[in-house]
Amino acid sequence: MNKEKDGGLHASIMIQQIIRNAICIFLCLLSLIPFWIMIVNATRTSVAIQSSFSMIPSTHFMENWNNLLKQAATQASLWRYMGNSLLIAVSSTVLSVYFSTMTAYGVTAYKFKGANFAWAFIMAIMMIPVQVSSIGFFRFMYAIGWGNNYLPLIIPAIAAPATVFFMRQYMISALPLEILDSARIDGSGEFRTFNTIAMPLMKPAVATQCIFAFIGSWNNFYTPSMLLTSQVKFTLPMFVQQMRGERFRSDHGMIYAGLAVTIMPIFIVYFILSKYIIAGVALGGVKE
Amino acid sequence: MAKSNTSKHKTVEYGRYGYYFIAPFFIVFAIFQLWPLIYTIGLAFCENYYDTMWNAEVGPYFNGLANFATIFKSTEGTYFDTYTFRALGNTLIMWFMNFAPQILLALLLAVWFTDTRVKIKAQGAYKVLVFMPNIITAATISVLFYKLFDYPNGPINQLLVNAGIWEQPYQFLATKWATRSIISFINFWMWYGNTMIVLTAGVLGISPSLFEAARVDGATSWEIFKNVTLPLLRPIMLFTLVNSAIGGLQMYDIPKLLTTSGRGDPDFTTRTITMYIRELAFTGARQMGKAGAASLVLFVVTLFFSLVLFYIMRDKDAIKEKKAIKAAQKARKGAN
Repeated sequence: MNKEKDGGLHASIMIQQIIRNAICIFLCLLSLIPFWIMIVNATRTSVAIQSSFSMIPSTHFMENWNNLLKQAATQASLWRYMGNSLLIAVSSTVLSVYFSTMTAYGVTAYKFKGANFAWAFIMAIMMIPVQVSSIGFFRFMYAIGWGNNYLPLIIPAIAAPATVFFMRQYMISALPLEILDSARIDGSGEFRTFNTIAMPLMKPAVATQCIFAFIGSWNNFYTPSMLLTSQVKFTLPMFVQQMRGERFRSDHGMIYAGLAVTIMPIFIVYFILSKYIIAGVALGGVKE
Repeated sequence: MAKSNTSKHKTVEYGRYGYYFIAPFFIVFAIFQLWPLIYTIGLAFCENYYDTMWNAEVGPYFNGLANFATIFKSTEGTYFDTYTFRALGNTLIMWFMNFAPQILLALLLAVWFTDTRVKIKAQGAYKVLVFMPNIITAATISVLFYKLFDYPNGPINQLLVNAGIWEQPYQFLATKWATRSIISFINFWMWYGNTMIVLTAGVLGISPSLFEAARVDGATSWEIFKNVTLPLLRPIMLFTLVNSAIGGLQMYDIPKLLTTSGRGDPDFTTRTITMYIRELAFTGARQMGKAGAASLVLFVVTLFFSLVLFYIMRDKDAIKEKKAIKAAQKARKGAN
């Protein structure tokens, strides 16, 4: 009798497993299908795209790709936009992660008057989005001659409260303060201690935050589209916006190819680093 | 005694380095975030626009609450029936349409992925794929969906007509609720994976002995979920809610790049507050003053949500302790 009950329980678990896996697979397909349609259409001619739906790739990718390069080049090369995005993303990532670690180190490793207040302040400003002050930001940047310039897209990355928050959480568990004392006894200066002892110990957190800072900057459309005016300075998301316009509208294959190409770099980065990205999201979310 | 003196001296001396380390953050914050915010608030009380006829900037001159009057009061004299509040309403509607299903699905998946009885072996792969849209450029996703829902020959219309579900292709992006639903769906689709991972981490943070105890007591899965998981997950869920609301209020990329004219078609029913602010400030008469006032409204609404979060997240134990200490002090005073 006991055995029978066990069997029934086992069967119900099996059924549950099948249902749950089926729903998960459906959701995974939901994530993939829009991108799959994009890739398929990037390999089809504009006429074919207009006349029928297909999930099977065709052979016209190079054609679309060459058209795209040619059409983009009438204003600025596609590589240029990619280079611009890369330059901004790399510089702001380096600044953001380095200075955020430094800030977290300052409030964690030193006891000074106002340290608690500084920390509370960083927590408080974490929730203020850039959008609410963008009018003042825009006017201020143009007033000091930084409009149509990359500096306003890079320098503000130094003050990234969310990154500081993450760094401090990690630092509390990963950086024993006794090490700093022994470095002092060995005669190491405070900044040298930070650069040669604290930074290396923070490597896992630094790596995680580098990924997030890079993706955030690479995907940013709001600020660049507000500040940048000359075509050669445009970033990749701004080029994506242009693909909706007159110049591209007629050739559907070319637009899909353009979208596919702009997504590829981040696709590749994601599938290499997905393990760390998901672990980072889980860590960042569990804020006390 | 002498020893403790020197060590005290030491900490004081090293303490100043703390200022050096945090200085760059605060300097950059003051210049690039605080000052622009003050500037925006200042502009909100000024007349400042661009006279297209004379090709010259007017202002900024202080004009009190005139900008706010145009934001709160429509030309017919009714309150809140203005473009600003309609845009705010659109934003909140589209945020809620994405958040409600998002949190429910994320919760369901979080419970499934942490279920020790019915194990899902491939959950690593599921997480990777379900989270994926979150890191793809929102601008690209919007233009992709703009193409997918194209009329009359976009892939979705082709599918629906081919399958015989609809006889005629449908003008998705010319219909208010269809466009709103697509924008909400994109937000939902990009974010439920993120929320699911956060909630999964939350469930994993609950002590396993609580689940065990409940099971030993003969609780069903539903009872365990309702009486153990859900109450303990509440702080994280509220955090997700507020975070999502604040992010949702700033919604810009998706409606901007999905709608046909980029101005929240049809008839401005999908225009969000940030889109409206930028339209005011950077198109036509460039009404920076009015845009500043609208920004201030957005800031106040955002601040409200942040304060709710702070209130919820406040350290209840610390407050209790403080109260206890105060009560003890009072009692001592009374005794004296």
